[in-house]
Amino acid sequence: MTIIQNHPETRTGTATAWTPICAHADLLPERGAAALVAGRQIAVFRTFDGRLFAVGNRDPFSGAYVISRGIVGTRGEEPVVSAPMHKQSFSLVTGMCLDDPATAIPTYPVRVHNGTVEVSVA
Amino acid sequence: MRIVVVGYGPTAHRLVESLTGRGFTGTITVLGEEPRHAYDRVALTSYLTGATLEDLTYPAPEGPATVRLAERVTEIDRDRRVVVTAGGHEEPYDVLVLATGSAPFVPPVPGAEHAFVYRTIDDLNAIRDAASGASAGVVVGGGLLGLEAADALRGLGLATHVVEMAPWLMPRQVDEGGGAVLRGHVERLGLSVHTGTGLNRIEPDKVVLADGTEIDAGVVVFSAGIRPRDELAFQAGLELGERGGIVVDDAMRTSDPAIYAIGECALVGGMVYGLVAPCFSMAEVAADRILGGEAVFTGGDLSAKLKLLGVDVASFGQLSGALDVTYMDPVAGVYKKLFISDDARTLLGGICVGDAGPYSLLRPMVGRELSASPSDLLFAGAGGAGLSGADFPDDAQVCSCNNVTKGQICTAIHELGLTDVAGVKKCTRAGTSCGSCVPALASILAAEGVALSKALCEHFEYSRPELFDIVRVRGITTFSQLITEHGRGRGCDICKPAVASILASLNGGHVLEGEQAALQDTNDHFLANLQKNGTYSVVPRIPGGEITPEKLIVIGEVARDFGLYTKITGGQRIDLLGARVEQLPKIWKRLVDAGFESGHAYGKALRTVKSCVGSTWCRYGVQDSVGMAIALELRYRGLRSPHKLKSAVSGCARECAEARSKDFGIIATENGWNLYVGGNGGFKPRHADLLASDLSDDELVRTIDRFLMFYIRTADRLQRTSAWVQAIGLDYLRDVIVGDSLGICADLDAAMERHVGGYFDEWRATLDDPDKLRRFVSFVNAPDTPDPSIVFETERDQIKPVLLEVTRA
Repeated sequence: MTIIQNHPETRTGTATAWTPICAHADLLPERGAAALVAGRQIAVFRTFDGRLFAVGNRDPFSGAYVISRGIVGTRGEEPVVSAPMHKQSFSLVTGMCLDDPATAIPTYPVRVHNGTVEVSVA
Repeated sequence: MRIVVVGYGPTAHRLVESLTGRGFTGTITVLGEEPRHAYDRVALTSYLTGATLEDLTYPAPEGPATVRLAERVTEIDRDRRVVVTAGGHEEPYDVLVLATGSAPFVPPVPGAEHAFVYRTIDDLNAIRDAASGASAGVVVGGGLLGLEAADALRGLGLATHVVEMAPWLMPRQVDEGGGAVLRGHVERLGLSVHTGTGLNRIEPDKVVLADGTEIDAGVVVFSAGIRPRDELAFQAGLELGERGGIVVDDAMRTSDPAIYAIGECALVGGMVYGLVAPCFSMAEVAADRILGGEAVFTGGDLSAKLKLLGVDVASFGQLSGALDVTYMDPVAGVYKKLFISDDARTLLGGICVGDAGPYSLLRPMVGRELSASPSDLLFAGAGGAGLSGADFPDDAQVCSCNNVTKGQICTAIHELGLTDVAGVKKCTRAGTSCGSCVPALASILAAEGVALSKALCEHFEYSRPELFDIVRVRGITTFSQLITEHGRGRGCDICKPAVASILASLNGGHVLEGEQAALQDTNDHFLANLQKNGTYSVVPRIPGGEITPEKLIVIGEVARDFGLYTKITGGQRIDLLGARVEQLPKIWKRLVDAGFESGHAYGKALRTVKSCVGSTWCRYGVQDSVGMAIALELRYRGLRSPHKLKSAVSGCARECAEARSKDFGIIATENGWNLYVGGNGGFKPRHADLLASDLSDDELVRTIDRFLMFYIRTADRLQRTSAWVQAIGLDYLRDVIVGDSLGICADLDAAMERHVGGYFDEWRATLDDPDKLRRFVSFVNAPDTPDPSIVFETERDQIKPVLLEVTRA
């Protein structure tokens, strides 16, 4: 899907701003890491197949910033993280809570650039 | 096909989700007036108490949708089929959907320009700014949203008043009796309630009510109903209702067949709906129709189950009837009422305040004959009166949010072979919105005779004991090998910790070694116990509860220096709470240097062996209970098991150590020790059973060795010894571990010897390993910046967590 954020000051120049987080080697497979980017808490995950995902670190069910500490796995084909507080599972792809689709956590673009993991929260 | 959606609130979002979910392949353009993505207005209040906009924002729908934000549509040109925005942009459409929502109704009273409304993020920002310079606030409107707003003002620290024109609060959901109980709850929270009166005028810093009451208030919020946003439709010449609202048929079509209207702007069957569930139904109907379907909107169910200001409020069906039965407990603040047909056999509706328990099982029964007397249903709750999913007729609507009947659920259960609530939710959408029907789903599954599978989870067909044997017999050492050869997918929060425990029980080693680190629940991963605000607690081992003054001082100094909350635990230890992840290694460095080791309070492992003071000091003691407790705790420390293990040793039959409430409890006799097993405190207390009497020290230790190892091999995941002993039977257990009826005792003994010989303190080992220490950072890109969300206040001279706002209950 395409998002066009129609803020007057950003109407032009919508190039994605990437923030370096850590070395790719610092991320353990199937384990998360929390990062602080422009005041926001982001949880970054590396799955077993090497893909990277970035989602909001706040667990909407407990209000605590702990999503990065959840267990990473799969539900069906979907890569998921389960909230460490009360075990609700969230899709790492869409952020949707698979146990309560009315609830979701935000997702963010993430990439590896020259061996460094970068996210964009713009 | 080009679809244009005007408005980007929850209903528009649901429409887009539904269209893309049904495989729509044309283009969708959404024009939103607000400069931000659709967000959850139901959870709006949480924004003022800590939730961020991102927390409330819906996930971006996948597929061919383009969302243009901060684009206000000013004109619909029906002839050319284009909409025109304030910025002059023209968007052509084949199908136009109006989801323009509603605006809060502002009563025309003098001074209304000083007041706020409660609908958008911008409104909330303005209220928050105004509240910072005020000490009191007034909410006009005591309905659902009014109480939400009152909760928000209270959360902002204002002395809060609620003014409701009707004689009681929430007049659309509850009757007078329920309103009185609700008022009691609200007033106990410190809010002032003024009912049966309206507003005369608003002055700066003051509100004057119709009855002359004056309230000093710096903030006034109107929450007195909604008005459909129909001005665009009006300008375009679409048919409107007499009192506003865009007239639509049951297919959600306006008077122009190319234009639909959904949500709070639509007038359907003469009604404007302000609840989210009917609005979502409208979105589903419109999506179906646009794609050529035949769906119709059959009228919204106005049943509601909510938690407002911490109080459960629910209503369903019609709120009047020939007969009614009321249950009221003014002390507990519970009010329940059922409305019944005049022959006292058919349920018409109901109201619950303070306890919404009956809602889930009774709401589907509206319009049907009752299976139990109304007073039984009210007094004991639906479950207590024996009402279950089996009693629902097939056409009973079980999930009103997503309009799913019992028949549809049963069909899905049988045709798709569903075995659990999660499967039913996924395949039918029942229970996925408000969740209040989930107990009914479980009840229907049971009524359909679904046999619960022994499979641990979707990744393994095997039970925990079967997996234990597979790992043991095949000598498997990694999760990846196990799941590749004997499972599927990449595991989950159920199988990963279970396999981690099996690997730890069988192979020893550090729980954070290599791939094992990724299997651990957060407690084992940080070797500490997660608390509700994201901090951790630290429990050093104090074997038998015996500790020197010097070590006590160290614990006190560590707690003081790191600002931790301290409490004596039930297991004769000291809990240090409120540590942030990056503090844990520093705390443990001090503790380990002083001779402490991990207490494994975080693990499914041996926790503590309590003791009384025993024969060394006590006039009545017959054995050295402290010495035995310490010996046992040091022998079994670090032993990973299907669940936590607790123990105690009492020095005489007076049983001061409460050993019979433990997984294995030891009580001294004149001749030695009696061993009791399978006790439990907790949710289902159970006294331990006597397994063997008058044992010598060596016999006692050997019997416990075998008991524990047999338990670790054969118990289910998270099965405490209490349930396990009951399942296998005490006589069988005695045959196996005392009589060696299976011939495995030598094997069990050897396994325990390996554990005892291989023990090391995992906290000391962690401090010695820079690789394992790397996980103890607050942020990977700012390792020393404390998590800013962790905030404490002071209570009884110690810290306590500031309550976090929860977006979803």
